[in-house]
Amino acid sequence: MDHSAEPKHRTPPVPIRAYSGARSPDRHYRVDSDGVSIAVHEWGQESDPILILVHGGFDFARTFDGFAPRLAARGWRVVAWDHRGHGDSQHAALYSWDADLRDAIAVMTHVSPHSAVPVIGHSKGGALMIQLADAQPYRIAALVNIDGIPSKRPIPDVAEHERTKMLAGEVAGWLDHRRSTATNQRKPGTIAELATRRGRMNPRLDREWLEYLVTVGAFESEDGWRWKIDPSMRFGGFGPWRPEWALARLPGLAMPFLGVLVSEVEEMGWGTLPHHVTPYLPVDGRLEFVEGAGHFVHIEQPDMMVDMVLELFERVA
Amino acid sequence: MPTEFLTHNKIRLALHHLRSLDQAPDPQCRPLLLLHGLGERSPDTVPSWAVAWPGPIAALDFTGHGASTVPRGGGYSSEMLLADADAALEALTGPDHTSSSTGITVLGRGLGAYIGLQLAGARAPQVYGTILCDGPGLAGGATEPTSMNFFALANDGLPPDPYALVELGRDLRPPDYATSFVRLAVTGSPLDQPITVCAVFHPAWLEAALGEHGVAESTLGDALSSYAALG
Repeated sequence: MDHSAEPKHRTPPVPIRAYSGARSPDRHYRVDSDGVSIAVHEWGQESDPILILVHGGFDFARTFDGFAPRLAARGWRVVAWDHRGHGDSQHAALYSWDADLRDAIAVMTHVSPHSAVPVIGHSKGGALMIQLADAQPYRIAALVNIDGIPSKRPIPDVAEHERTKMLAGEVAGWLDHRRSTATNQRKPGTIAELATRRGRMNPRLDREWLEYLVTVGAFESEDGWRWKIDPSMRFGGFGPWRPEWALARLPGLAMPFLGVLVSEVEEMGWGTLPHHVTPYLPVDGRLEFVEGAGHFVHIEQPDMMVDMVLELFERVA
Repeated sequence: MPTEFLTHNKIRLALHHLRSLDQAPDPQCRPLLLLHGLGERSPDTVPSWAVAWPGPIAALDFTGHGASTVPRGGGYSSEMLLADADAALEALTGPDHTSSSTGITVLGRGLGAYIGLQLAGARAPQVYGTILCDGPGLAGGATEPTSMNFFALANDGLPPDPYALVELGRDLRPPDYATSFVRLAVTGSPLDQPITVCAVFHPAWLEAALGEHGVAESTLGDALSSYAALG
C-alpha cells in the first residue's frame, strides 16, 4: 500500500497579503504523474501560446506570482507546476531527479502533447530542463536558464582525513534525519517568523515579498503557519551526482539557449561564473551576466528579465 | 516474531526474522542482516549459504520489493535504500529489540552488496563486517552521465516495482563515490578489515573498493566464520 498523501492544506484562492505587481494564477488544476498528484498553475489567456516556467528546489510555482503575470501580459499562456513534495503537489514517498523529470514530462504532455514550447527554468528547474532538452529535445523550442547551470564546486583545501570526517557527519546527519521523517513537521510560526526564516536563504528579497510568499507557500493551522514543502525533505545532501556533469549536456543542445548568471552569490545558487559556462555554450546559445543581481534575479528585476527572455522567444516564434 | 514492520518515512518496511535469538546456536553472537538483490525479495527461511552464521539472522525487503510498500511514481536511489537498511540496523540494535547487541554484520547480494557497502561507511561503529556477494543489480548503472531517457512505466502496485528495477538498475556508481564509503568504514570501524568481497564479478565500483585498504577478498564461508569469530 502506498502511504503518500495529498497535502492537507491548499492555497486560498485570494492571497491574504498583496504585493505590487504580483497576481494569483488564473487557473489551477492537477495532473496525475503515475499516481503522484501534481498541482499546475496558469496565468494568461488559454488561447495564447504556451510558455513553461520551472521553479527551483525548495521553491514552488507561486514564487512566479510576480514574473508570470508580466509574461502573460505580453501575450503568453504561462504554465508552472509545483514539483512533487513542494507547494500544493502531493507529498510523495520518494524523491529523485528522475522522478522530477517524469513529473515535468507529465505536465508538458498534458499542456502541449505535440508541439515544442519555450521553457524558462530557474535554479534546479533550469538544471532539470538542460537534461530534458538533451533527453527529449522535441519538447523544448527554446530554453532560458536563470542561474541554474551547476558548475564544479571549489574543493576546500583540507586533508583527505578531514574530508572523510566531513562526509561522515553529512551522511550520519542525513540518516538521523531519515529516522525521524515519519513524524516530522515543519516548524510553525507567524507570517513574520516564516518570512524571517526564508529571508536567511533569500537575503536580497524584500520583506513585503517574503511575507506575501508565506501566504501562498505556507498553510495556517492552529499553532501557526508552516511551509507546505514535505518535511521529509532536507536542504543539501550527498550522492554520486556531480554538478559539473550538467555542463556536459549543454554543447549538444540544438534549440536557442540563453543562460543568465548573476554576480551576487547566495546560498541557494551554485555560484557559477561566466568562464565556467562559456566553453560549453551550444551553437545557438548565449550568456548574460547580470551585475548587482542575486539568485532570484527574476524577482529582483522582473521587467528587465521579461524583456530579456521574450527577445529570445519572440525571435523563435 | 517472523516479520516485523518498520516505518521509514511513508514506507512500511518488512524485516523478516529468519532465525530468532532463542533459535541461534550462539545467542551472544550479533545479528546478521541479509540485503537482497535488485528485483528479489527476502528468503522465507535461512538460506543454505547463511546457515553457518551462529547468531540471529534477519532479512530486509527494500522499498518496492517483497512485503514492503510499493510507492507510486518511482523516485528510487541507492541512498534511499541505504536509509531503509539503516532502519533495519536501528531495529536490530535498538532498545526495543530482544538482542543486547550494539552492532550487526551485513551480507548483501547484488544491489544489496552496494547498499551494504554504503551502510558499512555510514554507520561504521555499528557494522561489524560487511560481506559483498554476487547478485542482481551488482553492477548498477554508468560511472558518468549518459543519454538515458525518462518514461512513465506500467505499474500494478505489486512488487517488485518496475521503477525500482529501472532506476536502481541505472543508478550512477562512480568508483570514487564507492571508495569514499570504504574510507568512512575504515576510519570509523573497530575492525581492521570491515569489508569482505566474495563476489566473482567486479564492476568498476567494486574493483575500486577492492583496491582500498581495509577490504579483504575471500569465500563466503570464510567471511562468515571470520566475522562470527569476533564475538
